[in-house]
Amino acid sequence: MKHILVLAPALALLAEPALANRVFVTNEKGNDVTVLDSDTLEVIGTYPVGNRPRGITISPDGTELYVCASDDNLVRVFDPNTMEELHTLPSGPDPELFVLHPSGNPLYVANEDDNLVTVVDVKTKQVLAEIPVGVEPEGMGVSPDGKIVINTSETTNMAHFIDTDTFEIVANVLVDSRPRFAEYNHDGTKLYVSAEIGGTVSVIDPATQEITKKITFEVPGVLPEAIQPVGVRVTNDGKKVFVALGPSNRVAVIDGETDEVKDYLLVGQRVWQMAFTPDEKYLFTTNGNSNDVSVIDVAAEEVIKSVAVGQQPWGVVVAPN
Amino acid sequence: MFKGIIGLLAGVALAGPVMAQQPQPEMQQIRAAVLRVDEERLPPISRLDLPVEDLGFAGARLAIEDNDTTGRFMGQDFEALEVTATPDTAAAELDRILAEGIQFVVVLADDATTLALADQAGDRAMLLNARARADSLRGVDCRFNTIHVAPSHAMLTDALAQFLMWKNWPDWLLVHGSHPEDQALAGAWRRSAAKFGAKIVEERVFEDTGGARSTDSGHVQVQAKMPVFTQRAPDYDVLIAADESDIFAPYLPYLTWDPRPVAGSAGLVPRSWHPAMEAWGGTQYQNRFEKLANRPIREEDYQAWLALRIVGEAATRTQSADPATLREFILSDQFDVAGFKGQKLTVRDWDHQVRQPILLTTGVLTTSVSPQDQYLHQTSALDTLGIDRPETECSF
Repeated sequence: MKHILVLAPALALLAEPALANRVFVTNEKGNDVTVLDSDTLEVIGTYPVGNRPRGITISPDGTELYVCASDDNLVRVFDPNTMEELHTLPSGPDPELFVLHPSGNPLYVANEDDNLVTVVDVKTKQVLAEIPVGVEPEGMGVSPDGKIVINTSETTNMAHFIDTDTFEIVANVLVDSRPRFAEYNHDGTKLYVSAEIGGTVSVIDPATQEITKKITFEVPGVLPEAIQPVGVRVTNDGKKVFVALGPSNRVAVIDGETDEVKDYLLVGQRVWQMAFTPDEKYLFTTNGNSNDVSVIDVAAEEVIKSVAVGQQPWGVVVAPN
Repeated sequence: MFKGIIGLLAGVALAGPVMAQQPQPEMQQIRAAVLRVDEERLPPISRLDLPVEDLGFAGARLAIEDNDTTGRFMGQDFEALEVTATPDTAAAELDRILAEGIQFVVVLADDATTLALADQAGDRAMLLNARARADSLRGVDCRFNTIHVAPSHAMLTDALAQFLMWKNWPDWLLVHGSHPEDQALAGAWRRSAAKFGAKIVEERVFEDTGGARSTDSGHVQVQAKMPVFTQRAPDYDVLIAADESDIFAPYLPYLTWDPRPVAGSAGLVPRSWHPAMEAWGGTQYQNRFEKLANRPIREEDYQAWLALRIVGEAATRTQSADPATLREFILSDQFDVAGFKGQKLTVRDWDHQVRQPILLTTGVLTTSVSPQDQYLHQTSALDTLGIDRPETECSF
């Protein structure tokens, strides 16, 4: 099926391999990161990254990999190619999820225990600001123009709009119970916020901060309580939205124009986070209770493979190059 | 240093008008009270269970903090009066609370006092029962003005029964205490056995003969007594202890005549909450509580917290401080609240019991959470725990 594989050794000789990207998966229980090859979908290796790794992201130039080491109360920074630890960043206590400014700096970190969002300069390693938000901040999103950072607070049930110039909260939108994740579409006209316990995804107009639609989910044969939206990813053209539905073991495919659910894809158990390859050929999902990653063919909207990773996979990011 | 970054960003045009949501000058006030009625009791069998001064109140304080954090963004301010009483003074204290115009009262009291307070409050307040577990309070003695945040006996026994059936331990030796509340709990066990197809092979009563709780080197006599008490039982898989009065259950594990596990009031215990629970964001909840109270959380704290979160959630969602509006919303099918149990918690309309998963716990950890996967239900798997709509004896 993968004739392309035959070409791979030849490509490896080139300075910049055009096809394969490294996929990094944090294993919350395993205290390590599994690295996959996005072309062969094989495991390249597993590397220790500190205690209880959860959120993971990578710099836009692909030179620095950031991992929330929740039980170490800091962010560890790795060389994505060697997986050597470069240094650490202060994160505030119990960092869970974070988002990088589109320019690559600073990093906005949600501190679940302290009701704060910590802003860290990734170059100087200084804390620039601590912004008080609602109870149990978790989800972090950033507008494509970098002007607004979104934080969701799980017990306050809000999406907080934070001005990245002033570090002030400029708006709060009440969503359904336990908001876990916030994701803009790429032209910044829509903001998707998932509510794990509420079982919905709110579509918010960032200009007015009004909820324009609430996406609900229904999977035949699955109890409504098990449908718990967490991770959200939107294709660059805004036409497809994928929502990870937790213990229902499904990923919903949504039409990004109408915001209607088109399909549900069966993946592994307790699916939480997702990441596209840069060419958006594949979407990787972390399945925490089955210790694997499902690979979704984005164009075909089909699950094509599952790959065993470490214990309790949590977050995933794909290198940009 | 960050000034440089901001300078760069300032060049980027704003995507749209961003309206600052200022705190409203006039905050809405939402007032509640927590009424804890302390009976005179013997000390517990284990000093780990010694009463704490702020029992329940600490959970309430955390709820007020959580509610106020949200309230800061919504223009709402929450308050909970903390009141202690004895069974003799409870009525007067409730009168005092009602006279202050407070219409949400979290009650931590025994079964009889809870019922008496509900009748006293009538339509003047909504009571949130955060302690009493009697099935009768959700059945023949149910009251429209009472929301049961504490799980009922039937929910707790069903939760453990499902697990024991999954474990293939269907034959139970039931040992219950001699007090009326122990008898009531034994009744819940009989009902759960019938519901899930377990068999109670024999029942024994452990008489409360009084006396001191802890005596120096008292374990010597306990070690001699418990094996004898449990000998010559028919074949059984698990010993179920029904000891609401805390007279004997903690003595049973490892001292049964036959090598059998103990569950119920000791051993594997069904609970609304446990201080080591870490799933579903529980870690953050435990951290917040311990920081505030300087001790591990107890079930009464969780239940008082959840009771006030129910009020807070209603105020947030309706954006109202009007007690009637909040009451109506809490009792509507629109209402749900998150409680660190992995799914939304809602209120049963037939008896006002809060639906919730039940933790099955050992001393140090959560072993399992019920409902178990294989027990299905046409509306909510949570309704496999406790008294379901068709069997309720409650009519409002």
